[in-house]
Amino acid sequence: MKVGLFVPCYIDQFYPNAAIATLNLLKKLGVDVYYPLNQTCCGQPMANSGYEHLTKNCNSLFIQNFAGFDYIVSPSGSCVLHIKDHLHDDQREQDARNIRHKVYELVEFLTDVLKVENITASFPYKVGLHQSCHGQRGLHLSSMTELVDVPFSKPMQLLNQVKGLEIIELTRPDECCGFGGTFCVAEEAVSAKMGKDRVEDHLMNGAEFITAADMSCLMHMEGILKRKNSQVKVLHIAEILNAE
Amino acid sequence: MSSSIKHPALSDIFNKDEARVNWHDDTLWWIRAKRDKVAHGISEWEILRETASQIKNNVLSNLHDYLMVFEANAQTNGIKVHWAANAEEHNKIVLSLLQSKGINQMVKSKSMLTEECHLNEYLERNGVDVIDSDLGERIVQLAKEPPSHIVLPCIHKKKGEIGQIFHEHLGTEAGVSDPQILTETARIHLRETFLTRRSALTGVNFAIAETGEFVVCTNEGNADMGAHLAEIHIASMGIEKLIPKKKHLSVFLRLLTRSATGQPITTYSSHFKKPRKGQEMHVILVDNGRSVQLGREDFRNSLKCIRCGACMNTCPVYRRSGGHSYHYAIAGPIGAILAPNLNMKEYSDLPFASTLCGSCTNVCPVKIDIHDQLYKWRQVIVKGGYTSTAKTVAMKVMEFTLSSSTRFKLAGKIGRWTLKNAPFTVNNQLNLWFKNREMPEAPKESFSEWYKKNNK
Repeated sequence: MKVGLFVPCYIDQFYPNAAIATLNLLKKLGVDVYYPLNQTCCGQPMANSGYEHLTKNCNSLFIQNFAGFDYIVSPSGSCVLHIKDHLHDDQREQDARNIRHKVYELVEFLTDVLKVENITASFPYKVGLHQSCHGQRGLHLSSMTELVDVPFSKPMQLLNQVKGLEIIELTRPDECCGFGGTFCVAEEAVSAKMGKDRVEDHLMNGAEFITAADMSCLMHMEGILKRKNSQVKVLHIAEILNAE
Repeated sequence: MSSSIKHPALSDIFNKDEARVNWHDDTLWWIRAKRDKVAHGISEWEILRETASQIKNNVLSNLHDYLMVFEANAQTNGIKVHWAANAEEHNKIVLSLLQSKGINQMVKSKSMLTEECHLNEYLERNGVDVIDSDLGERIVQLAKEPPSHIVLPCIHKKKGEIGQIFHEHLGTEAGVSDPQILTETARIHLRETFLTRRSALTGVNFAIAETGEFVVCTNEGNADMGAHLAEIHIASMGIEKLIPKKKHLSVFLRLLTRSATGQPITTYSSHFKKPRKGQEMHVILVDNGRSVQLGREDFRNSLKCIRCGACMNTCPVYRRSGGHSYHYAIAGPIGAILAPNLNMKEYSDLPFASTLCGSCTNVCPVKIDIHDQLYKWRQVIVKGGYTSTAKTVAMKVMEFTLSSSTRFKLAGKIGRWTLKNAPFTVNNQLNLWFKNREMPEAPKESFSEWYKKNNK
């Protein structure tokens, strides 16, 4: 099984540790994983801003980099959802279709494909899990409070395997953090307020760390935490699953 | 209500008073929580939603036929049916009906359609006095404001503010904000209105093609009080309000208030089938852009809406920006997908007033794919040229950078260098992110740089 590691652009530039943890975790689990060096971005920032028509070059570049793999795995639910929903290429539509079916967010790859049941990680802290919307409502990584459904959570399934880790309960378990891509500046007032409220829920309930399957939400909440001079840190779920 | 100030600026104003935002958010979240509780009490909830969605699919696919059947059956029942292509025609029909009877006073129960048509303003300009009989609507009417929510029109007002409005307009003592006293005052005031008005206008929640009757749902019984006492009852409805058969009604009645307020059912679900002796009953079927929306393949689903307001209560943006920030009769996520159909330029901001979190789609009782439509409207609005040139330029620069790995890596390097060595160039007021949030710390190397060193 040949796996291509897709590292979203902002993770590559600002959060390399999340990508390193993903790579090492996959290797630790015996996955034959490659990182295609010429990858950039899934095109979501343009598409969500209404400029999907400008994403053609990003799409072809993505296909060039990832067409040869059995699976494509990425530490971002949001970018994976974008690829799943919007990757197209007039010249290589069959390849685009294959990629749309083979792309996985890291957590679901671990629970659904690798069926990981014993994570050898230890993280003796109180952790708040932020349910990133695109991973949760888009990729169905967890059940959603709005739906009448059997409760489940793939991220929780993995975090529960981590030694010493204590999950804190949130008052609003799956409210959006307000990042929303360009929304964070285009609708600055509401975005910042949403971020503040989300962070407050974690702080109020005693989190020492906030984690998620999406670094962009964590980047947003980190910005708020730092402005508050809070000692609480954010960590991508891969970093916790890889912690020893 | 038309405004050149857009959603971001209006929300910015709303957010100046953070305590108020917290109060607004908590109030609506409480309703969302009630909705969750009652929905989770019904094991077949998701089947109900799917059924409602499919029934509405059928209606939208056969709208012409159902409208004809409804009209014929309503006429047989003795209801007079009128057709209005747009808001203006609707308003004219209402006015001419009143004038034909020499009536210059009307009592009106909740109807978002008449908000959409700006009926009150029109009638007032033409010498007709309108009193809204829904308590929430009456409050915003006295305050000379539009409703901020389709189900809870004055949800943006605190008790004390309502007390002040009552003091100014209905003569309660200054400083009284006890809901019991205010409600009693409103009852007396409206009772007088009901007894003296010769005409009543109501909305329509559901119109049944099979029987030619229509159903009006209220908690206060105000629609019934108005309609039963008036000599002319006018019911205004959007053409999408139809359901095929009476047996389908229960599906919607079970969903409507559970979704709206977490109640099992409205206090009154009144069926109007024929005028009583000596009374006139009219139905106005209003298009006002609906047939255009029906023709937009990506957006036709929005016409399934039963106006429960669940998408507003759950929307994290709506709760923190308030209904008036949407500057349209219908606020929130559903308003944001309906409004651009009527005026793409005026409402070009609304589809962007969302993080696309998808919660709206999940609570929608008729399963409208609201957040997907928001995404699609964004594409339509950009292609239509309704975004700023600055944004388009920024997006083209972004595309240029991200479509080549060399350019991307160079830009990343420059960006990280700047954050490290010249943070003042980004940590300033020009950077909207920085207003309330710190920038991420620049790592010493990117992942790809690390990878090249550490692998192979």
